[in-house]
Amino acid sequence: MQRSKNDVWVGLFVLIGAVAILFLALQSANLLSLSFQSTYRISAKFENVGGLKPKAAVRSGGVVVGRVESLVFDDKSFQARVTLALESRYAFPKDSSLKILTNGLLGEQYIGIEAGAADTNLVAGDVIGATQSAVVLENLISQFLYSKAADGSGTGAEKK
Amino acid sequence: MTWYKPADVGFATRSKMADIGYAARLFFRLLVSFVPTFRRFGLVRDQMHFLGNYSLAIIAVSGLFVGFVFGLQGYYTLIRYGSSEALGLLVTLTLVRELGPVVTALLFAGRAGTSLTAEIGLMKAGEQISVMEMMAVDPIQRVLAPRFWGGVVVMPLLAAVFSATGVIGGWVVGVLMIGVDAGSFWSQIQGGVDVWQDVGNGILKSIVFGLTVTFIAVYQGFEAQATPEGVASATTRTVVVASLAVLGLDFILTAMMFTI
Amino acid sequence: MAHNTSESLVELRRVTFGYGERVILDDVSLSVPRGKVTALMGASGGGKTTIMRLIGGQNRAQTGQMLFDGQDVTTMDQPHLYAARRRMGMLFQFGALFADLSVFDNVAFPLREHTDLSEDMVYDIVLMKLNAVGLRGARDMMPNALSGGMARRVALARAIALDPELVMYDEPFSGIDPISVGTSAKLIRQLNDSMGLTSMFVSHEIEQTFAIADHVIILANGKVAAQGTPQEVLHSTDPLVYQYVNALSEGPVRFHYPAVTVEDDFGDVADPSSQQFGVSR
Repeated sequence: MQRSKNDVWVGLFVLIGAVAILFLALQSANLLSLSFQSTYRISAKFENVGGLKPKAAVRSGGVVVGRVESLVFDDKSFQARVTLALESRYAFPKDSSLKILTNGLLGEQYIGIEAGAADTNLVAGDVIGATQSAVVLENLISQFLYSKAADGSGTGAEKK
Repeated sequence: MTWYKPADVGFATRSKMADIGYAARLFFRLLVSFVPTFRRFGLVRDQMHFLGNYSLAIIAVSGLFVGFVFGLQGYYTLIRYGSSEALGLLVTLTLVRELGPVVTALLFAGRAGTSLTAEIGLMKAGEQISVMEMMAVDPIQRVLAPRFWGGVVVMPLLAAVFSATGVIGGWVVGVLMIGVDAGSFWSQIQGGVDVWQDVGNGILKSIVFGLTVTFIAVYQGFEAQATPEGVASATTRTVVVASLAVLGLDFILTAMMFTI
Repeated sequence: MAHNTSESLVELRRVTFGYGERVILDDVSLSVPRGKVTALMGASGGGKTTIMRLIGGQNRAQTGQMLFDGQDVTTMDQPHLYAARRRMGMLFQFGALFADLSVFDNVAFPLREHTDLSEDMVYDIVLMKLNAVGLRGARDMMPNALSGGMARRVALARAIALDPELVMYDEPFSGIDPISVGTSAKLIRQLNDSMGLTSMFVSHEIEQTFAIADHVIILANGKVAAQGTPQEVLHSTDPLVYQYVNALSEGPVRFHYPAVTVEDDFGDVADPSSQQFGVSR
């Protein structure tokens, strides 16, 4: 087969096609976090962030409205400070609250944001005060056992 | 070429792209030769014998060994979570979805790919390709195409053999040697492995790998320099390029097939 | 396709060909007479094998026309080129037999690829061709068991399997023993006359070539230095041709590769103090 003058262009075309396939494959597998949305930053303080990781989703009503940017430990207040990047097209009132929730029972953790009722909206740099920390399984179980023990001794005491 | 002179870099880029373009045209030409090649099925059958039958031993034995290792490692990992009955499922899914197509393709590149490259390269060095052209016989149709399609047909079959012997190897170690329950070994496989999703996608992967590896082997042989050193470096290039291509394509295919 | 009955089967008209900046053939015009044995000679790398490759269409000339039986090979598309090639036979320098086929299958290859003849007919034709080159008894041998001379004869049988009109031989006399040289020369002449072929060969063997050739062409520096019957060429006055046919080491082609003068390299021989080893002034 002879070399042709068009070989360079065919090669370029093949390379572009390969990049396109790669892009499609990664997009369809949700492995690319290419969002071209502009975002604004909010921060909040939590007692315990549990298993939250950077790039975790921030959801409202189940829909992803932003991402967790960073988690740092604040050694002035001895709490975790979380920075969120919310997409600019979603506006939340100033008194919105944050909760750390789990996907399913044992799944990944994400931040749920619940809209408040204020008139003004959050702007970049705001700090959200109403936060609820992650549920720690061991604390829950010890709480449950303690209350069970309290009930048992309570009824026992009553019976006596 | 010097890496800091723009003219040299530009020339090197252009010639690399011209090589890619030429390779793409050859690939297309081989794909299009599907019907005329299978009309002379005798040639394809001979190639299937050289590529498939002679690779069968190494593929089957490798599959068995991989199955042994999997049975062992899988058991040690699963027993920590108390799920040792899932051993059969673990071994089968990993083999059928990933290891079967990929390892088979890598072994095929090493064994059959190199022999293809060397054979075609030596034919070129001995002027057999030129003499065929002078006799008005198209060497791409007569020499390259049967080998290409032989490789494509043979690859999924070899991958299936690898997966099958791997599962048997896992069974030998897990059930016979360690004592995992035979019933749950096989029933977990029945319940967890889906024919279209898992086995079918695995076969699809090995067909894509077959197209890739065989094409690279045949192309390197066809483009080899007609000297002993040229053939030798073409052979090593086949293994390197084919292995990298298989691993890269595996990632893309897995992303497309197996993630939600 | 009009059948040209002119005198020359192959004609080069003002052909130029080169690789990149190196020009091998510079505005060359020559013709190969029909039915005769033509020899192409000249210094190594002078373009002899290139001309044969141009005739066969394996390379394309950059300018000029390459006519085979009146049709220009340079502008042919693949089907026409392949049709033209079926009328040519080419014998490569080392035979280029298919290593995985026996002698019989090698000679049968063009017949099986291009014709629908039954195996009986193929068998007969193959044995006839092998008989013509004297190797009918070697039909089941494999190419790696053949000597160089025998391999070339098998390749010759394969080249004439389809009864071509033109047969081209690339250095048929080089690298083989004198008996085989004589046999090859005899075969070239005999096949040409008995089969009515046009033969063309490249060679450096002056004696054998002049004995069997009807027409001799000598190439030098990308041009035709001499053309004609062996006698005309032998008595040519061109200094290049004279040096070539008389195998002289001095002439237009110099013995010494271009270098600085002897004085510069060795110093003044008469004065020992001026000799500085390894320093060129």
